[in-house]
Amino acid sequence: MMDYVMTADSTDTNDNIIRQTQDSLESEASASRTDIKMTAESVSVFYGAEQALDDINIDIHSKQITALIGPSGCGKSTFLRCLNRMNDVIDGCRVSGRITLDGEDIYAPSVDVVSLRSHIGMVFQKPNPFPKSIFENVAYGPRIHGLAQTQDEIEEIAIRSLKKAGLFEEVKDRLHAPATGLSGGQQQRLCIARAISINPGVLLMDEPCSALDPIATARIEDLMWELKESITIIIVTHSMQQASRVSQQTGFFHMGVMAEVGTTEQIFQNPVDPRTRDYITGRFG
Amino acid sequence: MLTTDKKRLQKRHRAETRFRAYGVLSLMAAAGILFTLIYSIVSSGYTAFYRTTLLLDIELNAERIDVTPPYSRNALMQGRYSSLVKSALYAQFPEVTDRRARRELSSLLSPGAELAVRDYLIDHPDSLGTTIALEVPMSSDFDQLYKEHLPRSGENIRFSGQQLQWFDRLLEEGRIAYRFNTQFLFGGDSRYPELAGIAGAVAGSFFALLVCFLLSFPLGIAAATYLEEFAPKTRLTRIIEANINNLAAVPSVIFGLLGLAIFLNVFGLPRSTPLVGGIVLSLMTLPTIIIATRASIRSVSPGIRQAGLAMGASPVQVVFHHVLPVAMPGTLTGTIIGLAQALGETAPLLMIGMVAFIANVPTTPMDPSAALPVQIFLWAESAERGFVEKTSAAIMVIMMFLIMMNLLAVIIRTRTQGKSKVE
Repeated sequence: MMDYVMTADSTDTNDNIIRQTQDSLESEASASRTDIKMTAESVSVFYGAEQALDDINIDIHSKQITALIGPSGCGKSTFLRCLNRMNDVIDGCRVSGRITLDGEDIYAPSVDVVSLRSHIGMVFQKPNPFPKSIFENVAYGPRIHGLAQTQDEIEEIAIRSLKKAGLFEEVKDRLHAPATGLSGGQQQRLCIARAISINPGVLLMDEPCSALDPIATARIEDLMWELKESITIIIVTHSMQQASRVSQQTGFFHMGVMAEVGTTEQIFQNPVDPRTRDYITGRFG
Repeated sequence: MLTTDKKRLQKRHRAETRFRAYGVLSLMAAAGILFTLIYSIVSSGYTAFYRTTLLLDIELNAERIDVTPPYSRNALMQGRYSSLVKSALYAQFPEVTDRRARRELSSLLSPGAELAVRDYLIDHPDSLGTTIALEVPMSSDFDQLYKEHLPRSGENIRFSGQQLQWFDRLLEEGRIAYRFNTQFLFGGDSRYPELAGIAGAVAGSFFALLVCFLLSFPLGIAAATYLEEFAPKTRLTRIIEANINNLAAVPSVIFGLLGLAIFLNVFGLPRSTPLVGGIVLSLMTLPTIIIATRASIRSVSPGIRQAGLAMGASPVQVVFHHVLPVAMPGTLTGTIIGLAQALGETAPLLMIGMVAFIANVPTTPMDPSAALPVQIFLWAESAERGFVEKTSAAIMVIMMFLIMMNLLAVIIRTRTQGKSKVE
């Protein structure tokens, strides 16, 4: 078990950050345990007659990275999409249970899904920049949510978002070039910049690195570490190495149920559930 | 074993060669037919862009024109120019004095000759009282004679021996010229082939297509967007979808009857106008536009929609900000192809009376007018030999417009292909 984590660490480009953080993980995690950003209480999801998720319970800690892992088709992406109600658009999808953001039920009838999504950003598996210019991608959110009145303000927000996403230096000379001309990793960082341009409290990431090469992946992971200072991040990932590298809390999904949830250290080093143990040691998945 | 294999292999190769030969043959047949069609139209139509004129020395006598000062435009319009032109022609042949012979002589001239003099005088009022040398159009028969479309001898000869002598003498004296026929491109229709122009039909078609575009483009996009992005997938929407597809296959003459029954008889819109023509044609282009728009909306990557929704854009914002701009090239291509179909449509326009003879070039969609395909139909029906070349020339004009529109569609498609393919 330990061996595994060690290997993951030694291949990583950010050894220092990881080690430092893992050292301070215990104290940090316990300190912020009281600060809960989102909760899910007995959440079940049905696609028509088929049940995709069964009784999921998890607390998402503020300004931490929570990783959701598990084999394909286990429901982790479905759960992620419940958190910003992206499942609403799927025909025949029904969500039961309770999900709260800062104590408020996000499925309450009074909640406007459009404004909810301005508080919970999302980054997708495949980079999906708008087929417009780089600048337009990061200016779009502030514009439709009225975060800026003048063109100058919009420009300021756009540039700040690009800087936060670590993309500004690479694109500053071609802000008005089409975003689709960027490399995959740059496109994904642009999507992150776009998501954070409207200051969401929570950022959902659905396998954000699965379409990227290892170098681009490392850059995204660095970025997640920086963003964690101000944003709560929930990431779905196929890569256990990635989960162990970036997250403080890990939830293991198996066939529609949350088999185990705990600190990343505990899940990877001392899993309680036999299914988690089997998955982490590579017996299936 | 090996020999049987070889045989089978040879058989397969032969079948393949044969199949390819069939393909090449059918392509060649299609190309041959197309070439024959274009060749026959162009070879019989290009002469319509030229006409035969006769140079006459015309004395612009105010008294004979019957105008008094001030020579206003209106007065000049109402003047009498017929005798001026005729005497100018008679002056070329002083030996012809007999009334009957003179009538035969004057049939060399087109009724457009006096109009040519009138138009010249209106443009140059100062020349009143002088004698001018002016090229005036010859009558259609002699125009066709010059173009060698009519025989000089034989059974159905349309000319007397004397007329042919006069014609030859004028030809020798260099008074007969072959000029580019601006009247064909810029004039309205006429009973006389040598004076008939296509501008009225072009303008009529233009206005009809404009009305058609203004109606069917927004309606088509709205319907397609609603069906594709917002409509619940119920039995009712499925029925509507199926019927839109059926609508595209309805014979066009039925749309014409509908237009006659509803737009003319119920709503009382003016008959024979491009306005009604455009409305009827829009019924036909609507399904085409809806189908093309839906296809291009469907091909927009779902990732873009998700990105928009996840950014907190409302579904309407997602559609207008992200989906439609990406779908627009496909929509435009479909629209242009739909309009090109509408441009060639004849039957519905016949039903709503756009088949009437109208000599004026329309200036608004409310003016009675012909349309290009109807003009072709009208000219093709006419008995005069001179209209044969006009028919072919009108076909050349409509084909040119069709090629231009299809080219535009191709350009839009290829230009934006690179952009819209990247997600």
